[in-house]
Amino acid sequence: MDGIHDLGGRQGFGKVRYTQGATAFHAAWEVRANSLYAHAVRLRIFNMDEYRHAIERMDPRHYLTASYYERSLTSLATLLVEKGVVTREELERRAGGDFPLAAPSAPGRTNAEGRARFRLGDRVRVTQDSVPGHMRLPGYIRGKTGVVVGESPAYPFPDAHAHGVQSEDEPTYDVRFRSGDLWPNSAEPALIHVGVFQSYLEPAG
Amino acid sequence: MPDTDRVIQRTASVEERVDAVQAALDERGLKASEAVEELGHLAQETWIPENGARVIARAWIDPEFRKRLLANGREAVAELGLAMPKHHRHLVVLENTAQVQNVICCTLCSCTAFTIIGLPPDWYKDVEYRSRVVRESRTVLREMGLDLPPQVEIRVWDTTADTRYMVLPEQPRGTGGWSEDKLAALVTRDSMIGVARLGAP
Repeated sequence: MDGIHDLGGRQGFGKVRYTQGATAFHAAWEVRANSLYAHAVRLRIFNMDEYRHAIERMDPRHYLTASYYERSLTSLATLLVEKGVVTREELERRAGGDFPLAAPSAPGRTNAEGRARFRLGDRVRVTQDSVPGHMRLPGYIRGKTGVVVGESPAYPFPDAHAHGVQSEDEPTYDVRFRSGDLWPNSAEPALIHVGVFQSYLEPAG
Repeated sequence: MPDTDRVIQRTASVEERVDAVQAALDERGLKASEAVEELGHLAQETWIPENGARVIARAWIDPEFRKRLLANGREAVAELGLAMPKHHRHLVVLENTAQVQNVICCTLCSCTAFTIIGLPPDWYKDVEYRSRVVRESRTVLREMGLDLPPQVEIRVWDTTADTRYMVLPEQPRGTGGWSEDKLAALVTRDSMIGVARLGAP
């Protein structure tokens, strides 16, 4: 989905609030939120793609104002309700107030047909695919051409795995793009590498 | 007479919401409180940047290990007793040189090789870094205190699949012959993300 989470290249955000050696956690509830979602994954209540997608389904205003661990917590609670482990009413009664959850999911899809295998050095084009469900294709590479510089072992296909749809595992390719091709005349020179699932790629000749 | 049925709508605090989830899971026998203890300890005491620092220091002093690390990161870190989650099936180690600066990010969420380089800091997960580092990398690095000479090529790696990346920083000048432990103490998490270089001690 073309959600608010797909941030790469969006303009208007300010300076990174950077401090050297910043810690990962600032409050005890953050550690608990992180542990609880990891525990639910370990119990196979949901998988990592479902977890990521439930974050993406948050109301964009909530997404932008929530801290990372609040997004984590919202995804966890949304999936626990959707999987029938708890009800929203119970969570709100226990919490003593509203418990904002993510919006419902759209259907997923299985792998692309006739997927090509690529070798290092091959030129590839990213498909124009846009789906209402989960995908791991950042919008800034859609339709763009790059060069394969790496290949991973096969992974579950996120567009299916986040939705309980049957699919084959497929490799991801590290594809190198030039920033100037991604944002013509409006990017600083750099090589941008993106891990792209095989289903999102076609030969560029 | 007070209206006791009237519900004042307010959003529960994040602490109240975490409490609610934890208690609901505990009541169903899913041992959430035990998991919070166990996984909280792992996140704060086990998955720490010192792991990655050991990997980097070993790569600096052992050329054969360095080759293995660059060829297959996941297998090489296992030699040092370091594990990665099952779904991280591949660890790509990116070698910085005087002419090349590799930088890692995750524009879609906040993925990292957290068992090796530690859980990511806030700024890595914030919208500013995620939106800007792919498009304005040199400016972002400069704002973060890394002012690279113009001839240095910047290579950004966006962690959009379950392959994980870590940066192998250059060994600081003047540290030849140092022990592995002493070298490891120089390595910072931010240098393994690629937003900092290591200066001479």
